[in-house]
Amino acid sequence: MVSRPASDEDVYLDDAVQIAAKILVVGHFAVGKTTFIGTMSEIPPLRTEERMTQAGAHVDDLMGTRGKTTTTVAMDFGRLTLSERLVLYLFGTPGQERFVQVWEDMTRGALGALILVDPERLKESFPVIDLVEQYGLPYAISVNHFDGSPVRPDGELREALDLLPETPVVTCDARDEKSSANALMALVRYLQERTR
Amino acid sequence: MTAPEEQEPESAGLVRPYVITNGRGLPDTDQFNLITLVTASEQRRAPTLDPEKRSLLDLCSGGYLSVAEIAGHMGLPIGIVKVLLSDLSSDGYLVTRAPAPPAQLVDVSLLQEVLDGLQARFG
Repeated sequence: MVSRPASDEDVYLDDAVQIAAKILVVGHFAVGKTTFIGTMSEIPPLRTEERMTQAGAHVDDLMGTRGKTTTTVAMDFGRLTLSERLVLYLFGTPGQERFVQVWEDMTRGALGALILVDPERLKESFPVIDLVEQYGLPYAISVNHFDGSPVRPDGELREALDLLPETPVVTCDARDEKSSANALMALVRYLQERTR
Repeated sequence: MTAPEEQEPESAGLVRPYVITNGRGLPDTDQFNLITLVTASEQRRAPTLDPEKRSLLDLCSGGYLSVAEIAGHMGLPIGIVKVLLSDLSSDGYLVTRAPAPPAQLVDVSLLQEVLDGLQARFG
């Protein structure tokens, strides 16, 4: 991965940019979300850490479960200027239900979600898929293809993940720019079909 | 191990955000979401402006950034940044781009623009 110089011009958006769009890149722990976002982003990826007990309507739920325990959830994100007037943000966070507030923030106004899946740990993807469906976000599955990992036949994976026939399944190497871009494009094409 | 009855000492980092917002929680408004694009206005700063708001305005003076980027650069949680932005905005210190339409209103042309952009860049 080529790191870009962090000069001042690279930090800010072009003045002509009018519209910001958002796509989520989600998946279970260590599935490659941060790598994916780092590969695609034009800025060094940024991270915010949210303390889940500090504010918001869902504090009570958390407080009720474990006294004063503070949960920190990290959200990684990157940026891609796609045209003179359009910028796309990619947001990634782990799919755990207790991070309700982060999920509400992330999903509001999102075009859709790319769910990264490790073919060797399919089970761990179930909660993430549930969560994305719960928020009503359209999604595509991107099977992160690590070196040497066997590629499961499409049908087997679809069955294991209980996918709708129209849900796109693509393979992708999150370290590779072109491969990651292809996965995003597969999602966007699917979103287009749904609006027709 | 900490005994249950002992209070865990809270680090400065855990306390600070409350202090910054004077103990207030999130504003109940959709004015700022993660990708609202924000920049500083030309308005002269009041000398009484909080240091955090000052540094936020300094950051925003260079051009447009999303709310998420502001939080990332400042090392503050999103919720805190929203409160600061909300205050600064009502005092006229900020300019925002019109918010994007909610997801259900996303039209085919926006998706096409995203796709074209990706193709042009990576295709």
